[in-house]
Amino acid sequence: MLKRFRHHIAVFFSVIGPGFITAVVDNDAGGIFTYSQAGARFGYLPLWTLAPITVLLVVTQEMCARMGAVSGKGLSDLIREEFGLRTTFLVMAALVAANLTNVMANFAGIASSLELFHVSRYVSVPLAAAAVWLLIVKGNYRSIEKVFLFACSLYVCYIISGILVKPDWKEAAIYSVRPVLLLDPGYLTMLIGMVGTSVAPWMQFYLQAAVVEKGVTAREYAESRIEVIVGCVVMSVIAFFIIVACAGAIWSTAPRDIRDATDAALGLQPFGRYAYVLFCAGLFNASLFAASILPLSTAYTVCEGLGFESGVNRKFREAPIFYWLFTFLIVAGGGVVLLPGIPLVRMILFSQVINGMLLPFVLIFMILLVNKQRVMREWVNSRGYNLVAWTAVVAIIGLTLALVSITLRGMGGA
Amino acid sequence: MDSELLYLTELVGLAVYDLKGRKIGRIKDAALVPLIDPVRVDRFLVGGGWAWLTIRHDQVRSIDLEGIHLSDEQLTPYHADEYMFRLVRDLLDQQIIDAHGRKVVRVTDVTFEVRRTPEGDRLSVLEVDIGLRSVFRRVCEGVVPRGIIRRLQAPIPPNSIRWEFCNILEPDPQRRLRLNITHKLLETMHPADLADIVEALSPEDREAIFETINSEVAAEALSEVEPEIQASILESLETEKAADILEEMAPDEAADALAELEAETSEEILEEMEPEPKTEVRELLEFGEDTAGGLMNNEYVALHEGATVAGAMAALRGNEELLEGLTTLYLIDQDGRLTGAVPLARLFLAPAASPLKEVAVEILIQASVEEAQERIGELFDKYNLLSLPVVDEDGKLAGVITADDIISLLRKK
Repeated sequence: MLKRFRHHIAVFFSVIGPGFITAVVDNDAGGIFTYSQAGARFGYLPLWTLAPITVLLVVTQEMCARMGAVSGKGLSDLIREEFGLRTTFLVMAALVAANLTNVMANFAGIASSLELFHVSRYVSVPLAAAAVWLLIVKGNYRSIEKVFLFACSLYVCYIISGILVKPDWKEAAIYSVRPVLLLDPGYLTMLIGMVGTSVAPWMQFYLQAAVVEKGVTAREYAESRIEVIVGCVVMSVIAFFIIVACAGAIWSTAPRDIRDATDAALGLQPFGRYAYVLFCAGLFNASLFAASILPLSTAYTVCEGLGFESGVNRKFREAPIFYWLFTFLIVAGGGVVLLPGIPLVRMILFSQVINGMLLPFVLIFMILLVNKQRVMREWVNSRGYNLVAWTAVVAIIGLTLALVSITLRGMGGA
Repeated sequence: MDSELLYLTELVGLAVYDLKGRKIGRIKDAALVPLIDPVRVDRFLVGGGWAWLTIRHDQVRSIDLEGIHLSDEQLTPYHADEYMFRLVRDLLDQQIIDAHGRKVVRVTDVTFEVRRTPEGDRLSVLEVDIGLRSVFRRVCEGVVPRGIIRRLQAPIPPNSIRWEFCNILEPDPQRRLRLNITHKLLETMHPADLADIVEALSPEDREAIFETINSEVAAEALSEVEPEIQASILESLETEKAADILEEMAPDEAADALAELEAETSEEILEEMEPEPKTEVRELLEFGEDTAGGLMNNEYVALHEGATVAGAMAALRGNEELLEGLTTLYLIDQDGRLTGAVPLARLFLAPAASPLKEVAVEILIQASVEEAQERIGELFDKYNLLSLPVVDEDGKLAGVITADDIISLLRKK
């Protein structure tokens, strides 16, 4: 009995990585801004959404991890095999556009978080871009994964800074389980934003590819599923502390809108230097982390789907398209932040729009694929699970499209 | 010019005209019948109205970018034929193995050679296309006229694999037989390359390959595969086939592979093995994974210490299967205790009559089966060893660790 248990623990540690990293990177610069904004403006009220968000994330991530483990193929591979090249090409083109703007947003996060420490963006962004490029090109899958897992652990910054602010824990506990709906357009937009940013197309591709790359097989899948669930819960815990920190620091003194995530950090300043520094450091870590994963994942997914050589274990000459695409995403993503007069906020909103347009397709492809006997054999969704999965997918799509239309209206007005 | 090229992307959607020049429909797919001819396009499938029709290759008069003209109108309705390998359905966008380039690739397009014969135009498969050029062609097809695509794609370097180097993947054994799909090409590859390929495939394709290739090649390839994948392959195979493969593997590698499996499965496979390899593997399985015992191999050549050089040469002649990778002979006394080691090269220089004891190394380096692996690595490094004998608590020779075991060990870290 004990031996069995130890065996499971050992297998769990051997599969740890993909689900954890994917869920945690979901809290990138954009995510942190969304949660900070929620806390700064509405205090503890939005906390209840984290539980349903976790469920939605688990449902979508679980299906991807399962597809990876059973089929041994990436999501873009499966889309290609089942839906043809042209569909794949269009999905890939949209994915590159969406992820490029995501990369920009995260380089912007790097720039603004370090500017709070008086480091010029003309120093920080090129350095960060070079570091990311070297890490991926010179590393191998295992060493890169270790670096990523280390970056995951640095998210503890947010937990500490949340505690340092000394928020009202009783309120936080109550509103974590008590749903509150206000018929206030700002509040509704915020709720939609929280859900809309929580499931992104790149995550599905990254997770499945990482599960395959890790060599997780159907027989280790039980442990892999636990890993995915733990990852999603950790992501929500971090989001909880970000909201709580901003609620305790900003909302409790004077509820207001914040401009960006660094604005939230400044709001924490009255609560001591550490709370402020940790919040900034967390933002820097999250942005750098996402800026490393997104270009890699994009280049990987696109090359897999279109049948080009890919992978960091190949040489530049063997996989030119892979490396060029990867380099382009980093250079363009970092470069845009340095150009004066680029409307960065608009670009981030634009990224949300493309992500939102792409997501329904990706989710629907996923759920169709996971139900194909030919691909999944006995691992297809059960009828009950399908009901849950379709409900989740429809909910995510509905909320994402709502976010897109709100964003578009906002952009039109601005 | 009596031969030219046509792409599958262009073929699909071509209009088909009957003898009077009336349009019947458009091409939906083309099929080979590999049991009859491995390269000739045997049937064209035409969709017109509500049903598909089948055109035999000898019913075609001409094929070009403008359309296909028939020489015979007796077409039969299409029915699913198990012996047909349909290019669009079964090949396009699927993974195959490029046995020449030694990698797994995804098919983007197929290039045909059009031969103009007096009986009519005939298509045969020439190459499978991968890479940017074929992606461009596929994406533009139907949006841009065919002739213009050809001109636009010209500057992009082509990336193709000759059809004879393409190894199709098909998990269903029945279909493999009907479609004449063998994995003979894979048996000619280096086992290490085959192992890399297998790792890149889906579990069911892996299983299909190991089921069909001969056990010797399978054993060599399996030794090179990552441990977790090894385990999943062995579990998916029939017990008998798994046992056959393990018998062909070096006992230490077979033991390592079995150690990765659930105890029950590994026992079942062991039971199926021949008595001799079974005992060898069982012995090795006794040792802890992190000890010298877990690392060693029990395939070695040990001679009685009283033997002569000539006797050693005679013994080697009788054991040719051990020669590959053999660097050292070991000397043992009556009770099997290790007393000396003779580097192979010394045999050639010594007179035939001299006793082996005289040509043995001056200082014998050995390790106990309980020795930690870390320490073994240090010994290899310190004494620049190619192989190291391992002895049990009574000083009896139990096995040998070779440099390649150490290299694998270091790479794993």
